[in-house]
Amino acid sequence: MKFRTLLAAASVAALGVAAQAEGVKVGMITTLSGGGAGLGIDVRDGFLLAVKQSGRDDIEVVVEDDQRKPEIAVQLADKLIQSEKVDVMTGIIWSNLAMAVVPAATAQGKFYLSPNAGPSALAGRGCHENYFNVSWQNDAFNEAAGAWTSENGIGKVFLMAPNYPAGKDMIAGFKRFFKGEVTEEVYTKLGQQDYAAEIAQMRASDADLVYYFLPGGMGISFMKQYAGSGADKAVMGPAFSFDQGILGAIGEAALGVKNTAHWSKDLDVPGNAEFVASFQAEYGRLPSLYAAQGFDTGLLVASAASKADVGDADAFRAALKEADFQSVRGAFKFGANNHPIQNIYMREVVKEGDIVTNRVIGTAATDHTDAYVGDCKM
Amino acid sequence: MSILLLIEQVLNGLQFGLMLFLMAAGLTLIFGVMGIINLAHGSLYMVGAFAAAGVAGATGSFALGLVAALAAAAMAGAIVEITVIRRLYTRDHLDQVLATFALILIFSEGTRWLFGSFPLFLDVPAALSGAVTLPGGIEYPLYRLAIIVIGLAVAAGLFWLIARTRIGIRIRAGESDREMIAALGVDISRLYTLVFALGAALAGFSGALVGAIQSVQVGMGEPVLILAFVVIVIGGIGSIRGAFVGAILVGLTDTLGRFLLPVLFGFVMDPSAATSVGSALASMLIYILMAAVLLFRPTGLYGRA
Repeated sequence: MKFRTLLAAASVAALGVAAQAEGVKVGMITTLSGGGAGLGIDVRDGFLLAVKQSGRDDIEVVVEDDQRKPEIAVQLADKLIQSEKVDVMTGIIWSNLAMAVVPAATAQGKFYLSPNAGPSALAGRGCHENYFNVSWQNDAFNEAAGAWTSENGIGKVFLMAPNYPAGKDMIAGFKRFFKGEVTEEVYTKLGQQDYAAEIAQMRASDADLVYYFLPGGMGISFMKQYAGSGADKAVMGPAFSFDQGILGAIGEAALGVKNTAHWSKDLDVPGNAEFVASFQAEYGRLPSLYAAQGFDTGLLVASAASKADVGDADAFRAALKEADFQSVRGAFKFGANNHPIQNIYMREVVKEGDIVTNRVIGTAATDHTDAYVGDCKM
Repeated sequence: MSILLLIEQVLNGLQFGLMLFLMAAGLTLIFGVMGIINLAHGSLYMVGAFAAAGVAGATGSFALGLVAALAAAAMAGAIVEITVIRRLYTRDHLDQVLATFALILIFSEGTRWLFGSFPLFLDVPAALSGAVTLPGGIEYPLYRLAIIVIGLAVAAGLFWLIARTRIGIRIRAGESDREMIAALGVDISRLYTLVFALGAALAGFSGALVGAIQSVQVGMGEPVLILAFVVIVIGGIGSIRGAFVGAILVGLTDTLGRFLLPVLFGFVMDPSAATSVGSALASMLIYILMAAVLLFRPTGLYGRA
């Protein structure tokens, strides 16, 4: 690293021109095996598609599988930093893995770009100039959903999430902007697959809306059981439980459910239709929210690499911060804590031909920023 | 909280317990008869669910999916017994744990390789979808009611098989003295393959039944496996009756605990503290139950010393 910096400095001095962009080496640690592998695969495929479309052959990507285990992610990070000598790291899906890897990586002078996961600790007091979140802060979708619920005159809600930090964050996010009454607040066991007891409580409750955050298989199980239970309350949640990879497994049971996200495949912004078409052509499936985040992260790396030399950390950081790329979510910029300022949309699950998918029905929050930016001192 | 809601939760607990019984019966049978700790039992559950989802998706028939689940899991069980487990009978439990743990990894990645990384779709058959109104005005999902009936029928069939049939006599004999029944001319290795395939078929069957209302995905078997181990430890390892009683106990304790504990704590604490203490304690409840049972009956409820 030091050698490379010297070399870059020398070449600048010798040529007397602006930094000549040399190659960027990206280390991607993501989940490619075991449960939850679908998310990591989508992030990886989106990222690689963006790099390919940028036409730059000086961006090298090393991909590693963390198996969704924090200890393995930490080992891989050490390997990428010490023996692969990467400049930029990205890829982590889960908040607990991000907390294990990101602070150490940024402290060693590496850039970290989060294509998913935005734990509040890294947005507030633990923010870092080399940490850029290209996805969302964990609370964002829920804050937007809470605001939308109140604006649409829904007064009573039933809240449910798994009993772990991200679950509690999501529910807290919803309550931050929701002005009505919370009739019940239920925390389930992480990984729980049978929701009969909770669904019986929902049916007995006098809430107008069930709002829940249950990522991955938990959400699939819940939604199938809820649809078959005869319960008729409206259901809403952040997009994680209603994304493309998951809707195929829930099927028509999810029709009509509302969910919040910063992206949707029908979002009418420049570049999005092209992204959806090219992703489908390349991989033979519809892109998910995670694929869109991976794609944007790839675009961000490419845009920064064309503006600055990664060897000049300050210039590269400034180039990242500009976020000078055409996000598939539309307007995108970084706030003071390097977290996104973006719109959050309300989507509805619909059927298009034989495919169950989402369409945008409105904007839940405009230029939404996170609640922790005030705690960030950098 | 009404009495109807409580009755509904008891039904939910029964249904959950009967599902666990199908898993635990195979596990306890295999341990009781063959002395094998089979960590890969959860993978056979997953194989059943994936076979059902695959066949039901291709043919549109849930019944065919169930048949496929039984066949695929039994076949996978027989193959595993012949190629791997057979070499482990004389080894100690640590070797068995190691080998069957390896099988979990092989099954998980193999399934991912065959079916992809995204969860599969398996829906409740149209005839069993929706809710029915029970006497007293409880609306209950028809499919869960069907699971209760099927679970009870399988339990009855299994008791009959073990207590009344020739093969059951051999299984019980093999349980008490392996060398002796081999000396009496019973083909012990065929018996073992059969028992293993039977246990696997039960796991696959329960995977397929549950798959219709849960997520069919890689790794779905491991959480259930842990619960099944809790069940057989409570019931007494090797005892089918113990597995039945243990499964119902665990099902009821878990379901009612999740529902009642936050309410109970609500009488003495403010709502948000009651919710978090109640749900934290509810997720520990079955392990507390297990510890309590072991304290008073170290071999489990129906275990032999």
